[in-house]
Amino acid sequence: MNALLPIPIVIPLLAAALTVIATRAPMLQRVLTVFGVSTALAASIAILIQVDRHGPQATQVGGWPAPIGITLIADLFSALMLVIGLATVLAVLVFAIGQRGDAHESAFHPVYLVMTAGVALSFLTGDLFNLFVAFEITLTASYVLITLGGSREQVRAGMTYVVINLLASFLFVVAIAFVYASTGTVNFADLAGRLTTLSPNLRTSLSLLLLVVFGIKAAIFPLFFWLPDAYPTARTPVTAVFAGLLTKVGVYSIIRTETLLFPANRASTLLLVIAGLTMVIGVLGAIAQDDMKRILSFHIVSQIGYMILGLGLFTVSGLAGTVFFVLHQIPVKASLFLVGGLVEHDAGSTKLSKVGGLVRRIPLAAVLFLIAALSLAGIPPLSGFVGKLALVSAGLDAKQYAIIAVSLLVSVGTLFSMVKIWNGVFWGVAEEPTPAIEAGEVVHTPALMTLAAVALVGLTIAIALAAGPIYALCERAAADLLDPTAYITAVQG
Amino acid sequence: MSIFPALTVAVLFATGTYLILQRTLTRIILGVGLIGNGANLLLLVSAGAAGHTPLIGSSDPREFTDPVPQALALTAIVITFGITAFLLALAYRSWQLTHDDEVEDDIEDRRIAKLRGEFDADTDELIEELEDLEGLDHRELAHLRRLRDSADESGPAPTDGGAG
Repeated sequence: MNALLPIPIVIPLLAAALTVIATRAPMLQRVLTVFGVSTALAASIAILIQVDRHGPQATQVGGWPAPIGITLIADLFSALMLVIGLATVLAVLVFAIGQRGDAHESAFHPVYLVMTAGVALSFLTGDLFNLFVAFEITLTASYVLITLGGSREQVRAGMTYVVINLLASFLFVVAIAFVYASTGTVNFADLAGRLTTLSPNLRTSLSLLLLVVFGIKAAIFPLFFWLPDAYPTARTPVTAVFAGLLTKVGVYSIIRTETLLFPANRASTLLLVIAGLTMVIGVLGAIAQDDMKRILSFHIVSQIGYMILGLGLFTVSGLAGTVFFVLHQIPVKASLFLVGGLVEHDAGSTKLSKVGGLVRRIPLAAVLFLIAALSLAGIPPLSGFVGKLALVSAGLDAKQYAIIAVSLLVSVGTLFSMVKIWNGVFWGVAEEPTPAIEAGEVVHTPALMTLAAVALVGLTIAIALAAGPIYALCERAAADLLDPTAYITAVQG
Repeated sequence: MSIFPALTVAVLFATGTYLILQRTLTRIILGVGLIGNGANLLLLVSAGAAGHTPLIGSSDPREFTDPVPQALALTAIVITFGITAFLLALAYRSWQLTHDDEVEDDIEDRRIAKLRGEFDADTDELIEELEDLEGLDHRELAHLRRLRDSADESGPAPTDGGAG
């Protein structure tokens, strides 16, 4: 029994209720939201320390013993995801608050808090059906966030986004029904034992069904098509937090189910092929685009491939690389989109043809972009390099040379499209400049917006500086994932 | 275990899939509703053979229906209900903005495709084909023309957007 576990879920939900009441007091709303998210972050850091010292921590909500009750459980992997995820949520929140003059801010705060609670629940749940509920909480909030402005473009993209995710949710319900019908339980720890008694064919079909469900959320090939369409239309803070977190919740679920419920114990060709195609298609899509936000959106897809690559190897070093890579991606992706927001704030557009020469107007944003972009491409000594190095050396150990070659080529493509953004946005001259650029006056950027972007880039640098200890943690997390005895004992205790 | 619940689920999924593949928002939402109900029913069916009402004291617990899937289905039904309401609101907003019930194409996507010259050729061909036909679908044609024009301007779509 651990009273800390429900806090990252319950406090943001309570704060969300209070912000709804405080609709007419914008300042109070901001304080409540910051309080809700930072309490959740503080609790998750405490959880991480406990898990690090004493192994996986579990709580049976409502006092019903597992597998009847609802289990909340934090192991090293979920605690790490929780800390980095909530830190990113907090930074993006500061950016959103800094972005003044928003007519929809009173609706933004409660929904943002609900989304935070949903994300925290998906990392902490130890139950398949509860994971579905967590997804729905997160997604319902995200439906509102993505269409918050109610503009034509947002409604169009939002419609696709909602319908696709809804279909994925229904498939999830179908998968849960099949799992329950064949095993009589939805508790992860309980399932891990009972699924092994099923026939291999049934196991494979259940595992594939869940892979499709989470694959749609994580935007892996060929289920990624909705993402580059939907994400760029939303407002900057929303896109940033979606890019940083929501797809990673899908990746987290894939890793959790593939290691705990359907352990393969050898390299999975299917996952490696998916990983390769996701990387290649994502980066090719990015190269074709002409808008900073759209290029970055395609890169979300491309980078998901690396995460699946480490999982597909099914070795401790491969999974450690994946865990490290996910942790590095969350702040890097979010900070790139925040810089996109700074560009949009200053120049009024993120189209490469319409902006240019911004390095003179907003030099700090240019530096932030450079650090985050080089980290994304995997240039030493930044965090992306450590993550890719870990994955590549794990791949070499496992003798999967083809996929390693693909991943290195994709890195070059990533660097190419980052250079394309740099040349289009920060360097050179705009072909058809926006009014703001033509006027030549520097637009004042609120300090909080810059501060949030600086904080996130700082977090990625911190991950690079502390790469040794963090990687050691990731290695332990990976070992726990591949040998879930401690996880199962913590639940069934 | 009766075959009828399974058949019902199958029919709901089949009709729902057909409706979702249409281009009209109303049909898509109806399709989503049908598939949602199919999934919830499947959850209920996963309890196995029906037994007595699972109320302690009402009968022998060994003859109870499994209550867990009922609890799960109830949660899922509430979620389906909420999201369907949101979808309807979104469709209404879409109608307010475009006076059209159709799913629009992603203009930026079309523009990128056009950079390679593919979109132009394909659409022009299609428009010609449609113009040649007797009793053609005017709305489809207007939609295509609008798309082509907006792709030419490479800006956001025009806001009037009514049926041609």
